[in-house]
Amino acid sequence: MAETFAFYLFSGLAIVTSAFVIGQRNPMYSVLLLVASFGAMAGLFIQLDAPFLAVALMIVYAGAIMVLFLFVVMLLNAPTEDALQYDRTHPLRHPVVTRFGALLAGVLVIQLAYALLRANELRVPISGRADGTAVSSVAELGRVLFQRHVFAFEATSILILVAMVGAVVLARKESDS
Amino acid sequence: MIPLSYYLIVSAILFALGTAGVFLRRNLITILLSIEIMLNAVNLTFVAFGRYAGDVNGQIIVFFVITVAAAEAAVGLALVIALFRTRESLNPDAFTTLNW
Repeated sequence: MAETFAFYLFSGLAIVTSAFVIGQRNPMYSVLLLVASFGAMAGLFIQLDAPFLAVALMIVYAGAIMVLFLFVVMLLNAPTEDALQYDRTHPLRHPVVTRFGALLAGVLVIQLAYALLRANELRVPISGRADGTAVSSVAELGRVLFQRHVFAFEATSILILVAMVGAVVLARKESDS
Repeated sequence: MIPLSYYLIVSAILFALGTAGVFLRRNLITILLSIEIMLNAVNLTFVAFGRYAGDVNGQIIVFFVITVAAAEAAVGLALVIALFRTRESLNPDAFTTLNW
C-alpha cells in the first residue's frame, strides 16, 4: 500500500514539475523546477531498488549539471521569453505543415499506447537472475562496470575531455585568438 | 509490486513532455532543459526494465547516459553563451543564418 502511494506521489510529482518546466517563461524557475523533478525521479529509482543511482542522480544531475545551468542563466542575465517574439510567418508554421505534424504526433501516441498495453505480458525475466530479485548491491554494480564495461568506461573519460576542451573553445571570446 | 507498464507510462509521459518543450519553447536554455527531461525519461525506462529483468546492465547504462548528459550540457551551454554573445538573444529564430 505504501509502495503504491509512493509510486503515485513520485511519478505525479515528476510529471507535474516537468510540465511546469515547459510552462515557465522565466528560465530560472525552469531550472529550479527541474531540480524538483530530478528529486522525484530519484524517489522512483529508490523504489526500483537502485539506491546508488538515485544518489548519483541527485549529486551529479541536480547538484552539478543544474548548477551549471543556473550559472549560465545568471551569467546571461536570464532574458525571459517574449510572446511577441513568436514569428507567425515562419514556413514551418504554415497550417498544412502544423496539421501534418499533429497527425504524426497522434500516430506516435497511438503506437506508444499500444506498445505499453502489450508490455503487461512481459513478466518473465529475460536474462540475469532467473528469480527476478533486485540487483541493488553497489559491489556488484562496480564489478560489472569495471570488468565487462571497462572499455566503455574508459571511453567515457575521453568523451568528458573532448567536451571540456570543446566547451572552453566555444565559449572563448573571438578577440583572444 | 507496481507493474512494469506503470513505470513505462510515466516514462512515456515525461518523454512526450520533453519533446513538446523542444518544439514549443522559444528559449535555448529551456530547450536544453527539455532534452534533459527526455534523457531522464529514458533513464527511468532502463532502470525499470533492468529491475524487472533482474539484470544489472540496466543500471550500468544509466551511468553512461548521465555522463553523456553532462558532456552535452557543457557543450550546449558553451554554444548558448557563444550565440548569446553574437546576437544578444536566446530565441532560436534569431539564429536562422550561419553567416553573421
